[in-house]
Amino acid sequence: MSLLTTVAALRAAETGTAQPLTTVRHAHIDDHPVVLIPLTLAGEACAPLAAMVGTDRDRPVLLTVPQPRDRTLRFRFAEELADILLPLIDGCRTESETYEAGRPKEERTRWTRAPQILVPNPGGIEFIRLLGRSTRLRRTDGPHAVAPTVPLLGNWLTWFADRTDFPGSGLLLAMTRLLTDHWATGWSPGENAHLPSLLAWIDPPPGRTGAEAALLAEDPAEHPPAGPTTDPVFDRTLHELTAARDAAPDDRARAAVDRTIADELRSQLAPTWELMWRGIDLLRALPPAARVPGRRAVDRTVFTHYTTYLEEDGRPRARRDHAASAARRLAQLEDAVARYESERAFDDPLVMARYELTGEAFTGTVVDRDPDRMVENGRAGLFRPALTVRVDTRPLLAVGTTVRCAGRDGLKAEILDRREAAGAGWEIDLQLTGGLGRVRKPPAPEGVIPDLGEELCWTTLGGYMTPAPLPAEEDTPWTHGGPPQPYEPTPDDAEESWE
Amino acid sequence: MSTHPSEDRLATLRGPLAPEPCTARGITALTANPGCSRRAVLDAAGIDKATLAARLGRPARFGQSPFALARGRAFEALVKANGYAELIALVREKLGVPVEEAAVADLNEVGGSASPALRARETGHLLDRLAAGAEERLLLDHPVVPLEVAGRTALLEPDAVTHRVDGRFHVVEIKSFAVIDGRADPAKTAEAAKQAAVYVIALRRLLESLGHDPALVATEFLLVCPEDFSQRPVLARIDVRQEIEAIGFQLSRLRRADDLARALPADATLDLSLRSDGTPARTDAELAAGVGALESHYTPDCMGYCDLARHCRAEAVEQARPECLGGRVRDDLPGIDSTRTALRLIDTPGDGETLDPGHAEVVERLRAAARLYDSRRRPPGPRLPTASSETSPDAPAGRSAG
Ligand code: SF4
Repeated sequence: MSLLTTVAALRAAETGTAQPLTTVRHAHIDDHPVVLIPLTLAGEACAPLAAMVGTDRDRPVLLTVPQPRDRTLRFRFAEELADILLPLIDGCRTESETYEAGRPKEERTRWTRAPQILVPNPGGIEFIRLLGRSTRLRRTDGPHAVAPTVPLLGNWLTWFADRTDFPGSGLLLAMTRLLTDHWATGWSPGENAHLPSLLAWIDPPPGRTGAEAALLAEDPAEHPPAGPTTDPVFDRTLHELTAARDAAPDDRARAAVDRTIADELRSQLAPTWELMWRGIDLLRALPPAARVPGRRAVDRTVFTHYTTYLEEDGRPRARRDHAASAARRLAQLEDAVARYESERAFDDPLVMARYELTGEAFTGTVVDRDPDRMVENGRAGLFRPALTVRVDTRPLLAVGTTVRCAGRDGLKAEILDRREAAGAGWEIDLQLTGGLGRVRKPPAPEGVIPDLGEELCWTTLGGYMTPAPLPAEEDTPWTHGGPPQPYEPTPDDAEESWE
Repeated sequence: MSTHPSEDRLATLRGPLAPEPCTARGITALTANPGCSRRAVLDAAGIDKATLAARLGRPARFGQSPFALARGRAFEALVKANGYAELIALVREKLGVPVEEAAVADLNEVGGSASPALRARETGHLLDRLAAGAEERLLLDHPVVPLEVAGRTALLEPDAVTHRVDGRFHVVEIKSFAVIDGRADPAKTAEAAKQAAVYVIALRRLLESLGHDPALVATEFLLVCPEDFSQRPVLARIDVRQEIEAIGFQLSRLRRADDLARALPADATLDLSLRSDGTPARTDAELAAGVGALESHYTPDCMGYCDLARHCRAEAVEQARPECLGGRVRDDLPGIDSTRTALRLIDTPGDGETLDPGHAEVVERLRAAARLYDSRRRPPGPRLPTASSETSPDAPAGRSAG
């Protein structure tokens, strides 16, 4: 977080309108995202109550559990969800491409698409994690047999929930996080977790400021919460209906109550469904950042690995991770965080500005250049073109520091000197040490050395110029999460109560 | 309820209605925001904050789902069924309590009366005898323990207290949130731990007042929750030394509410009572004035626990208080008490010349941030083509139908 975010929030509070935190979109928004809005029964660990799901804004599918305490109905819900999600996941496996990876380089194949699930908020992600946990260890034979699609759904949901911890992954995302990554509101982070208010700040209806609209959007009677927890007032209605269902004298009466319950649940979900698609529209309207396709390629690769794993082995993840794989996962997470932060800065001047503020980056205009400069180094000498750039603020980086150029991938330089300039500002002398291709003497390839008058940003941020390293093929099923923990569900797991 | 003379002022403020009882949850909320005089006085006077908030035109949106209530009740009943069979089994199994111990003291009622004051007296007697070794009990079911909070005596009700774990009293809390694969919701566990810490403090003070060693009450409590997706109870032993220290400190910092109340204008009122014809005794405007005379200390966290939060937020937004934007923004604006001031200082260079040096530095950094923000949020100019010719090792090399 940065003081720039604070400035944006101050301006948002003052104007009553959300302010941008980025100039581009840093997340992949799929052409066919699966929107999934789960609702759960209050007070229970993971009792699905309903879900609205689909890839078509005009055709949401409503799933309901008219008596959420009924185990059979819960598994029916899991089956119905599997019937929708599994074909959508499978639909990503129609076209493949080859790519080179590994050391030594070898050709590999991956699918050209990967699924993307969008839920309203982090609570939705937690629901997916728990539903995955409560279904993946079920057995498809024996006394507690469930449909074969149920444990498969559990495996997938577990995988999605696992991947979502990696910043930059676009497989499972929460809308409130996506929006707050890109806009600042005049409210606190806790209040921004309420999707109706957050969208009101960013995209208020005509005639209202975002601040006014956000206040109105807090009324649960008009704007039901985006789940997974329901509004307690709505729960009273639902409670009466489930009681009526339990008391229904026959199947016909019960079916009638079920329809009423479905209508009530639809009324709670439909507004959020609309908000999700409005959020998607807003995000799509932002131009994608340059490194989004690269990160999506990683998603597609891990997706490919996991489909292969499910076909070849398919055992579910154990209840708990082994210590070794948990540690490995943590290290990979740390790497992913640093990489993602750096990539965002390189892609977006407004994100890079955070580093300019702390002195880890500076933007300057080229005022002098020596494109043919050679420095003494034995017989041949070293080709080190030089630049002098003019900056407005006092440079904080020390002489000898290596910096990378934000606008030009690969271009690297070393700070040779810094001084106060005659007139105003400061000057920094740089010598280029990388990004010149393979040339060892002048001239440098066309267009590599910045021109006089050109404005460029230089930074000490890590140069993650190549896509994330991918683990070896044998480690792939939980790629980025370590090798699989082959796990044979026990009869205990299979009959684990879900009450 | 004690009849402290200092309660007079608070009782006058409250009017004819009976005071709302004080709960452990209320105390943890109070200690969560010890700088708020408003809440301190409202709680000490026993004002029904939910009704007050509604009268002020901004009703709280808390509310318990009937499903959550039913689940909580069902789980507690299950743990306590058959003379605490489940709980006793857990305590024996996990904590090595001798099997022959099973005596339970039911303190839900005393001689057919559920009066908290009677139950508190009975709890005191029993604890005294247990601490002295004159009697043996494995469990005390719903004891009632007094605690002095901001000049008022609260009567608290832990779910249970055991006496036979390592020779100490242990608070037992029965909660219906699940522990899944050994992990429970951290926020819920933290709230349970804070409540348990309040009970530990109350029990220790009670024992001390009875002339016993307060250390007889353990600084750990026993949390009983359902396991995974089932109703099967599991027991966790959780250390609350930190919570005890933090809450003890906050309790000592709470200024005596009657001192705060005394500073109010003589005609101030928080009287929510109705006349015999059903009309309010006091107008909403009078109530708003009474509340307004009490200094508040709003933070967005209030939205999570205080019935008055939406009222206090509106007030804070009106005053453009930096707290409204969250803790981080407030920390970024040290010494600046309104976001309007902050923006004026940022946007009028030269203003602030008279600021003290520490303050001036804050403003200077904010100005630098604002300059960068305003210049970089413009769409970037046309970028020059990338010079690097290195191909990415992960670039697609070909495409084929699969
Ligand atoms: S909401 Fe108001 S009364 Fe309640 S704690 Fe916060 S500031 Fe105090």
